[in-house]
Amino acid sequence: MKQAELVIIGGGPAGLCAAVSAARSGAKVLIIERNKDLGGQLLKQTHMFFGSEKQYASLRGIDIPAILISELEKYKERVEIIKEATVVGVFEDGVITVLEKEENYFKIAPKALVLATGAYEKYLSFPNNDLPGIYGAGAVQTLMNVHGVKPGNKVLMVGAGNIGLIVSYQLMQAGVKVEAILDAAPKIGGYLVHASKVRRMGVPILTSHTVKEAIGKEELEKAVISQVDEKFSPIEGSEKTLDVDVMCISVGLTPLNELLAMRGCKMKYIPQLGGLVPLRNENYETSVENLFVAGDATGVEEASAAMVEGFLAGLCAAEKIGYRLDNFEEMKNDYLKQLEELRSGPAGKHILSGIEQIVL
Amino acid sequence: MFEKTGIPSEEMIMGKFPSIERINKGAVAVVECYKEIPCNPCQTACKFGAIIIGEDINNIPKLYADKCTGCAVCLSKCPGLSIMVVDGSKLEETVEIKLPYEFVPLPKEGQIIKGLNREGEYITDVKVLKVLNPKSFDRTPLVTIEVDRKYLYEIRNIQVEV
Ligand SMILES: Cc1cc2nc3c(=O)[nH]c(=O)nc-3n(C[C@H](O)[C@H](O)[C@H](O)COP(=O)(O)OP(=O)(O)OC[C@H]3O[C@@H](n4cnc5c(N)ncnc54)[C@H](O)[C@@H]3O)c2cc1C
Repeated sequence: MKQAELVIIGGGPAGLCAAVSAARSGAKVLIIERNKDLGGQLLKQTHMFFGSEKQYASLRGIDIPAILISELEKYKERVEIIKEATVVGVFEDGVITVLEKEENYFKIAPKALVLATGAYEKYLSFPNNDLPGIYGAGAVQTLMNVHGVKPGNKVLMVGAGNIGLIVSYQLMQAGVKVEAILDAAPKIGGYLVHASKVRRMGVPILTSHTVKEAIGKEELEKAVISQVDEKFSPIEGSEKTLDVDVMCISVGLTPLNELLAMRGCKMKYIPQLGGLVPLRNENYETSVENLFVAGDATGVEEASAAMVEGFLAGLCAAEKIGYRLDNFEEMKNDYLKQLEELRSGPAGKHILSGIEQIVL
Repeated sequence: MFEKTGIPSEEMIMGKFPSIERINKGAVAVVECYKEIPCNPCQTACKFGAIIIGEDINNIPKLYADKCTGCAVCLSKCPGLSIMVVDGSKLEETVEIKLPYEFVPLPKEGQIIKGLNREGEYITDVKVLKVLNPKSFDRTPLVTIEVDRKYLYEIRNIQVEV
């Protein structure tokens, strides 16, 4: 069995920052990432990031992984990276199992773990939602921004959160027409600067609207939408039919953390954080000793928060297994302060009301 | 309504514009950021201390028009592309407006293109005076257009016919 000091599951912004932080502390780090490239969601974000410049705001998401990876190179004698490998199990005796390139299956016994697996997309049920042409926003971004493939010509975006607004903008940049953005909520959920940006390109944003059904023989041809009342029930007679060949579903994310549940971490359902999340202490250690979490897997937020959480979890996990930086306390307090700053506004309040319920 | 449609009201827009006297003196930024979000690159971008967010990163940026030189560095730094620069000092009949524009094809200098309002509707033809796209703008080019003065408060976007 392979031995390791600190294993980090997931090489997105949270995992990469955890690795930098732990390696800087002196720990030997092993990153396991299921994709070909490190970077997680960042690899698809061609837009400029909002946030604080402390977390690289104003840079484009796609350019951030390279910065974190070059930071990691400083400690390369202590860092090992296995790509195209998925952690498929975390067991009671602390052993984890990994499937590499779908053929090589092996076990690792790490001293500590940081789980930074991110989140996955929620879906929406309506008749014919399985027609080709109906995608999640992540798939549209992957096609467009990773592979350079246009997903179609006329899009109905379902969901006016930040992801829906930003992916609409990226679609227009790729020369695809966005017919409308709709959302069942009475107000736009995403940041209004992003809403105004697509609105002034001529895209209507229809709040209090939903998808009634998709129509098409072999693939999506039309979408029937309707208005909804305060109880989110469709209003009879308000139906409209749109000619679209793509529907992009962007109705939120939910933390991806079954591995924690499997290991027996105490979990709680917290709507403000996107679903089931692990209880954890201030250091981001879960109810299972030496098992840390960071990023969207602890609650869906932003890359900015994910990176700071990663730095914090990596620092504390390294300390837990004997690699304590001289200025540990100072670093820890700085990360805690950064998180506090990020969560101090209206959007942050909502997140904090969820976090309060999970801190051990 | 803004929160339902993404279209700011006239009152909101006017609240963000510096006085016409200031605009007529020379280039100045208009920062159309209406809602608190955790974001601050505009403040860091401004070397003149003309955009202040302050301690709390969630504060709405405040423009100090007397300090603003209209240099437009903030335009390509704002992730919301919410800032433009207006200049009423050049001609009687028209104003010059600098907008961030992240689409291809970019317009050409001298070209006549469509000017759009905040709903994306065509309002008037505008003349392209300058297109800047240096490396430091990180793929957010700036387009300077000349617009009939009467559309100063309405114009917010351009459309380049392919
Ligand atoms: C359209 C869009 C726009 C966004 N815009 C912004 C923005 O402007 N500003 C901002 O701050 N944030 C933004 N975000 C949010 C940001 O991308 C995420 O919050 C951030 O990526 C979360 O980081 P993470 O490391 O927790 O997860 P991820 O980035 O999802 O990374 C998780 C990684 O773990 C890997 N993984 C998962 N399971 C396993 C496993 N079992 N074994 C091995 N590897 C595994 C995945 O392959 C992935 O690489 C945006 C997101 C989207 C979708």
